Amino acid sequence: MAAALAVRGLGKRYGRVEALRGVDLEVGEGELVGLLGPNGAGKSTLVKIACGLVRPTAGEATVCGAPAGSAAARAALGYLAELFRFPGWYTADEVLALHQRLGRSDRGAAERRELLDLVGLADAADRRVEAMSKGMSQRLGIAQALVGRPRLLLLDEPTSALDPVGRRTVRVLLEELKARGVAVLLNSHLLSEVELVCDRVAILLDGALVAGGVTEELARPRGVEVDVDGGMRRYEHAGRADVPGIVARLIRDGEQVYGVRVLRSTLEEVYLDAVGGATE
Amino acid sequence: MTAIVVYGLQEALRRRIFAVVVLLTAVFLFLFWLGTHYLFADLESLGPPPTNAIDTRTLAGATVLGLGMFATLFLGAVLAVFLTIGVVRGDAERGLLQPLVVRPVGRTTLLLSRFLGSVAVCVPYTVIVFFGAVLIVGGNGGYWPDRYALPAVELAAAVVVIAAIGILGSVFLSSTANGIAVFMFFGSGLVAGLLGQIGRGLNSERIERIAKVASWLAPFEALYQDALHAITQNTVGFTRIALELGPFGGAEQGGLQLRVWTAAYLGVVGAGALVAFVRRDL
Ligand SMILES: Nc1ncnc2c1ncn2[C@@H]1O[C@H](COP(=O)(O)OP(=O)(O)OP(=O)(O)O)[C@@H](O)[C@H]1O
Ligand SMILES: [Mg+2]
Repeated sequence: MAAALAVRGLGKRYGRVEALRGVDLEVGEGELVGLLGPNGAGKSTLVKIACGLVRPTAGEATVCGAPAGSAAARAALGYLAELFRFPGWYTADEVLALHQRLGRSDRGAAERRELLDLVGLADAADRRVEAMSKGMSQRLGIAQALVGRPRLLLLDEPTSALDPVGRRTVRVLLEELKARGVAVLLNSHLLSEVELVCDRVAILLDGALVAGGVTEELARPRGVEVDVDGGMRRYEHAGRADVPGIVARLIRDGEQVYGVRVLRSTLEEVYLDAVGGATE
Repeated sequence: MTAIVVYGLQEALRRRIFAVVVLLTAVFLFLFWLGTHYLFADLESLGPPPTNAIDTRTLAGATVLGLGMFATLFLGAVLAVFLTIGVVRGDAERGLLQPLVVRPVGRTTLLLSRFLGSVAVCVPYTVIVFFGAVLIVGGNGGYWPDRYALPAVELAAAVVVIAAIGILGSVFLSSTANGIAVFMFFGSGLVAGLLGQIGRGLNSERIERIAKVASWLAPFEALYQDALHAITQNTVGFTRIALELGPFGGAEQGGLQLRVWTAAYLGVVGAGALVAFVRRDL
C-alpha cells in the first residue's frame, strides 16, 4: 500500500529564498510523525506542498499514491493551516456543514456532533466563529480537518493557542486517530508534546532534514538513578538492561531500594544538538 | 459548486452588504424621483416649447433617464467591486481561502462559483435599479424609452464585466489595492466615454477614435453607450439633434460586434484569472 505521504527530493524556492532543499520524508499508514525545526525552517512550506496550496520547484510529493494537489490527493487529507480563519458569521456547526459539502461527506449531523464533541466544543455548536476565543477556533479548525475521515492529517501547529487541557484533549485525540489507522504529520514547537505522541520525528533546518528517526531511539541513555536510604545513587554509563543487576547488587549489600529511574536525554536535547541552537 | 455559490451569497448577506445596498439604493431612488418630479413640473410651467420640432418631454425624459442609467451603472459597479475585490488574495491573506482550496472541489470550480455568486447578486440588482429609474421617469413625466430589455441586459453585462475584472485583479492584488485598481479602471472607461462626446462636439475624429478604442478596452463603457443609444433608438428629427448635444447624447452604437467582443473579453479575463489562480501559491 502506498505511504500516506511520500516526499522525494522536495525543493521550493520563493524568489531568492530557498525554503526547502531536497527533502525526503515518508509518513506510513497510521503513523504519527512530528516535523520539528526552528522558525523559517520550511515546515509549513512542506505541509502546504503536500496539500496542494504551494507548488514545489523540485522533487515530488504524493498523498496515498496520488500526486499532491490532485483531487484524489486532496480528497484523502485533512488540513489545519497555521494561520487560518473561518467566516465570522458562521456557527461552528455551519463551518463543519460547509466542509462536509465541499468534502463530499454524507455523514450529516451525526458526524458534526461527533467531531465537535471530540474537540470539546459540544456546547458551542451554535456559537458564531466571531464570538469564539482563539483556542476555540483552533479546536474548530481541528474538527474541520477531520471532516470526511481523512487518511492523512496535516496539522500545522494545531495546539499553539490551546490551554493545557486542550493540548491534552488533542493528544488523546491523536492517539485515538493513530489507533484508527489515520496517518498524521504534526508540525510543532512543543517538543514535550511531540515526544509524547509521535512515533517518529524529523528535524528540518534551513530547508533540509538534519535529524530524524524513531522518537525513543533518538533519545540517548544517560544513566540510571536509584533512590536508596542514603539518597540518590547515579550510575552514569548504565542503561535499562543494567537495572536488574544494579538492584540485585544493592539489595545483596543490604540497601533499601525505593525507586529506580532510567535517564535518557530528552527530545529537547536532541533537537538543540541537531539545530545547533539556531533560530532565524 | 452550489455550496460555494451559496457561501458567497451568505457572505454578502451576513456582512450586511445587502442591508447597506438596499438602504442606500432606496435613498438614491428617492432623490432620483424628487429630481425627476421637479424637472417635469418645471417643464409644464415652461409652457409650449419654442419650436414644435423639438419634443421637450422626450428630450427631458431621455436625458434624465440617461442620468439614471449612469447611476445604475455606477451603483452596480460599486457592488460588483466590493463583492469581488478580496476573492483570492484578500481571502488568502486572511486565511479564509486555504481551508476551502484544500477540499476536493478544485480551484477552477471555486473561482467560477465565486464569480457566479457575485453575478447572482449584481445582475438582478442592476436590472431592478434600471427598471426603477424607468418607472420613476415614466410615472413622473410620461416618458417611456424606445427599448427596455436591451439596455437592461447591457447594463447588467457591463456590471458582469466589472465583476470579472475584479476577480482577475483579486488573484494578484490584495483587497485594497485591487479595489483602487478596479475603480480607477472603471473611471478611465467613463472618461473615455466623455472624451468621445467632446470629440464629437469638436468634430475631432482623432479624439473620437482614441475614445472608441479606450471604451472597447473597457467594454462596460461601450455597453453603457450602447444602452444609452437604445433608449432613444427610434427618436428622430430635431429632438434627436438636441439629444445628441446633451450630456447623455451622441451615444455610440455597438451592435452585434460589441456583443461578440464582450463575450470574448469575459472569456479572456476569466481564463486569465483561472490560469493565474491555479498556478498561484497560497
Ligand atoms: N509566500 C512566501 N514568499 C516568500 N518567502 C516565503 C513565503 N512563505 C515562506 N517563505 C520563506 O520560506 C521559508 C520557510 O518558511 P515556512 O513558513 O515554511 O517556515 P516554518 O518552518 O513553518 O516556520 P515557523 O516555525 O515560523 O512556522 C522562510 O524563510 C520564509 O521566509
Ligand atoms: Mg510554520
